[in-house]
Amino acid sequence: MTLAKLSISELRVALDSKKISAVELAEYFLARAESNADLNAFLHRDRDLTLAEARRADAQIANGNASALTGIPIAHKDIFVTRDWRTTAGSKMLENYISPFDATVVEKLNAAGMVCLGKLNCDEFAMGSSNENSAFGAVKNPWDKSRIPGGSSGGSAAAIAAGLAPAATGTDTGGSLRQPAAMCGITAIKPTYGRVSRYGMVAFASSLDQGGPMAKSAEDCALLLDAMMGFDAKDSTSVSARENNETPISARLLTAFGSDNRSGAGVSKPLAGVRVGVPKEFFGVGLSPDVAHAVDSAIAQFEKLGASRTEISLPRTRLAIPAYYVIAPAEASSNLSRFDGVRYGHRAKEYKDLADMIAKSRAEGFGAEVKRRILVGAYVLSHGYYDAYYLQAQKVRRLIAQDFQDAFKQCDFVMGPVAPTTAWKVGEKSNDPVAMYLEDIFTLGVSLAGLPGMSVPCGFDQQKLPIGLQIIGNYFDEAKMLAAAHQYQLATDWHTRSPEAFQ
Amino acid sequence: MSLTSDDIHRLAKLARINITPVETERTLRELNNIFSMVETLQAVDTAHLVPLCHPIAIIQEMPLRLRDDAVTETNAREANMVNAPQQENGLFLVPKVLE
Repeated sequence: MTLAKLSISELRVALDSKKISAVELAEYFLARAESNADLNAFLHRDRDLTLAEARRADAQIANGNASALTGIPIAHKDIFVTRDWRTTAGSKMLENYISPFDATVVEKLNAAGMVCLGKLNCDEFAMGSSNENSAFGAVKNPWDKSRIPGGSSGGSAAAIAAGLAPAATGTDTGGSLRQPAAMCGITAIKPTYGRVSRYGMVAFASSLDQGGPMAKSAEDCALLLDAMMGFDAKDSTSVSARENNETPISARLLTAFGSDNRSGAGVSKPLAGVRVGVPKEFFGVGLSPDVAHAVDSAIAQFEKLGASRTEISLPRTRLAIPAYYVIAPAEASSNLSRFDGVRYGHRAKEYKDLADMIAKSRAEGFGAEVKRRILVGAYVLSHGYYDAYYLQAQKVRRLIAQDFQDAFKQCDFVMGPVAPTTAWKVGEKSNDPVAMYLEDIFTLGVSLAGLPGMSVPCGFDQQKLPIGLQIIGNYFDEAKMLAAAHQYQLATDWHTRSPEAFQ
Repeated sequence: MSLTSDDIHRLAKLARINITPVETERTLRELNNIFSMVETLQAVDTAHLVPLCHPIAIIQEMPLRLRDDAVTETNAREANMVNAPQQENGLFLVPKVLE
């Protein structure tokens, strides 16, 4: 079995038993990234920096100071600022930007001993569902290079699917962790809003942005999430979990449901007593039959594991699209006003005065989708329209969040598809913004409600493109979601499949 | 509701982004499509509802945190100037604003 196929715990064993060093492991993944550069997953690699981190990890392992992640390579979505690597956010605006500090997530994973392989491509400022909005070219989907990898964390998803990195960070504002994970056949979790620090994540829509891990399995995601999350005073909307559990999530994968005190629970029915809610609105018009079939079979598998299935309703599912495409652009137009060509970022070469310098720098530095969202945001926040659009959307947001709370009275998890279709062809929807927005229908509500959501590989369509099952949990239920996904992955092997060209 | 080219110019001005005539045409078409999708929000009865800003506020109060009014930042002037497009003597340079 090749190293690219190994899980984090398998790599841990290899490192601890000295079968391989962190330097060798880093070299192995750097070489894979180099020979698959045509995927365009990486925006920045620096061999010397990576190997210096790997040597540090090897020293920790030799001293017996290794944690679960010491020496394990990871690559960061280029939306997390890094002191050593350039940070572009996929934008020409930040083409040569060097951050004076590390994002909290980067700092934490660094402290855990992880070795950074470089920075991963993404849609510009994380705005997009296909990665085609990156100023540095779209990432290709390893399952079919003529197709998009999903977005906006497309570089992260493609890198894991192709075995260029065993782990990656990503961010999710309206589905940007879950949708590319689904389209590349990997596992990802967007935690509860506020659980992972936003400090040092280039801001898109601050009341929605949330970082999270992407990897090959729920078990790997649990290990990564343990290291990434936690209250951060530097993030003004950071939250502390209500659960008072000091045990890491990764150590609770087999015990999260307290299996000893439930009737029927046991080896063959580890999920006995768990109630899965299936929203009827997630299986309507527009859902590809292949996706519907794979997701339905996955839910049936959860039933085999002991879970029960209940039909539920999330009546405002469709309203999530307009609410999101008011709130996110409004916050984006405000966040992106900081790019003025004065202190950092692109500055136009010629201009007649300060106002001209700013307007030209922004016209040149931002791509089409970013400008579109800034203009939409400027409109919905402008005098006379603020109440009708922005406040109305925030009120509808409350209704959407309430729908989920009502649903969680009847079930422990909500399950359904991540996206209505599998990965589409590059260019297929890039001229029609609204058509692209409609693809986000199943992920947007979860983001608006700030709930944790996962994507778990659950099958393939007739063109052999991966399909993702979405698992939505109640606030702070990440441990249970990962534990349920882990049981599913113990019983199935969809998550172990990798594209033929990248074995 | 339908936007006009004048609206697009006004928005571009508000957002401090130069826009060409070709872009104006295209943006007008795209924004009108986006707003006709967004229009469905208007039909929702939201009377007596409070806007939801921090999503966790649906289950618990989320007051804004205040920190102690104390200096926590160290002087990082040099690191912060590294990305300046134009600078002199530790100051950001911009075109002359006052004659």
